[in-house]
Parts: sequence; C-alpha cells; structure tokens
Amino acid sequence: MTQGFERTGDGRFTVTLDEVERGLITSLATQVLDLVTPPHSATSDDPLAAIVGSMDEPVAAPNDVALARLFPDAYRDDPESAQDFRRFTEHDLRLEKCARARRVQESVVTSDEGDTTFIFDEESALIWLGFLNDVRLILGTRLGISEDWQEGLESMSVSDPRIGLFHLYDWLTYIQETLIQSVTGD
Amino acid sequence: MTSAPAEAPVLPDQATEFEVVTDRPWVTIVWNDPVNLMSYVTYVFMTYFRYPREKAETLMRAVHYDGRAVVSSGSREEMERDTNAMHSYGLWATVGRD
Repeated sequence: MTQGFERTGDGRFTVTLDEVERGLITSLATQVLDLVTPPHSATSDDPLAAIVGSMDEPVAAPNDVALARLFPDAYRDDPESAQDFRRFTEHDLRLEKCARARRVQESVVTSDEGDTTFIFDEESALIWLGFLNDVRLILGTRLGISEDWQEGLESMSVSDPRIGLFHLYDWLTYIQETLIQSVTGD
Repeated sequence: MTSAPAEAPVLPDQATEFEVVTDRPWVTIVWNDPVNLMSYVTYVFMTYFRYPREKAETLMRAVHYDGRAVVSSGSREEMERDTNAMHSYGLWATVGRD
C-alpha cells in the first residue's frame, strides 16, 4: 500500500503505487472523463463549433449533484448572472478537469508489475493535486460525506455496500494530504 | 461578461462620505464544504492570492468555522476571475456585493 507522495532533495515528487492502486487511479480518471467531458465536444467533430456552441447556447446548471459541486452557481441570488457566468466559464473548466484526468492516467502507464515508483516535476505534481481534489469532490458528494465522516466510517458495518467507496475516499484523502505536505514543504 | 455594477452607485450627499465610498464593491466568497482539506484550502489561498501563510490560515479557519469568508474584493470582473479560479481549484466560491 502506497505511503503517498514525498518530495525529493532536488524538488521533485515521488509516489510508489502497486498494480491495484494504478488500476484504481486509471479507473477513477476514466470516471472523471466520463462525467466531466463537455457535452458539445462529444457530439461535434469541429472543435471551433464546439466552443462557439458553448458560448451561444444557455447552459443550465447541472442536475447531477457531483457536477453541481464541481461547477457551482457563481451568484447565489441572481440566476441570470449565474447563467452568464456558467456560459463563459463551465466549458473551459470542464476541459481543464478532463486534461488533468488524462495527464494523470497517462502518468501511471507502465509495463512494470508490482510496486512502481513514479517521479514527477512540480507542474505534474500540481496536475495530480487538482485531479485528486476533483475525484474527492465527485466521490465525496456522491457519498454525502460530512465533516465527521471518519467517525461514521469507524462505526460502519462491514456489510454496508458503501464501505468500499468510503475506504477509497479515505485512501484518496491520505494521498492528497501527503501531496499537499510535499508541495508546501510542511 | 459585465464589468459595471448592476445597480447605479449611490452618490454621497456629504463631502466627507467620499472617504468611505469604495471602488471595490464586489467580493469573492468561499463557502465551507466537507470535502476540501483545510491544508488544501490554505494552500490555494497562499498560491492563488499570494497571501502570507498566516492570512491564508485565518481565512481558511473563517471558512471552516463561520461557514464562509470573503477572500478578495475588487471590480466585478476581477471577482468573477477569482471565483472562476476557485472553481478550478475545486473550492466552492461565489461572487457577491460588499
């Protein structure tokens, strides 16, 4: 099981992941891409049309709870301004999150078996940081995570069907925390 | 995007009030959520706003314990830029009036 991220003496970042962990990261990245890829870019072959389309048409606030958390209304009491803001920002924000997921997915590709140590420069480490946060937001929202979720996990029955996802969330939280500490030098 | 305030500014009726009239009537508010880590929120405030650690931690604690904190103020355009950046980091942020 991974010990999370560490900073090297020359300012780079390392993480050792076993096969199961690499598979989890790859699968989570695919799920982010499936959820976040902009609807327009999936249906249009013309990238310019996809962008223009996103500017011209009103974009409704997402119904999905995880999408609503990733792309929240920027104005609480002004639906018109919130929609304008969304029209100009959500498409690019979606593309940014997809790009992170793709980068992370590509970064754990290896022909090695078992534990593999990856070394990242700071730019790549920050891509990972954003990705881990995106995944935790999606998973945390779906699980209805609360501030005291860790206490809930301790008292959860082993037969609870959600327990695997809570442990996955716990694992992602641990990795993200080690990465933040590595990046900030704490 | 609109850069002018939605409402006409109220003109002060006394000269002394000019001192308190602000040209920074818009704010970016970050709201508490149960997923984002306290260390991450502090990191975002230090990285994006270039706030010193102490200020970033004070704002992070305000978000956590008070449920929300004003993290920046300025023109509406600037606040939309900051809010968009917060969304990029995954923080729950909105634009508001001061």
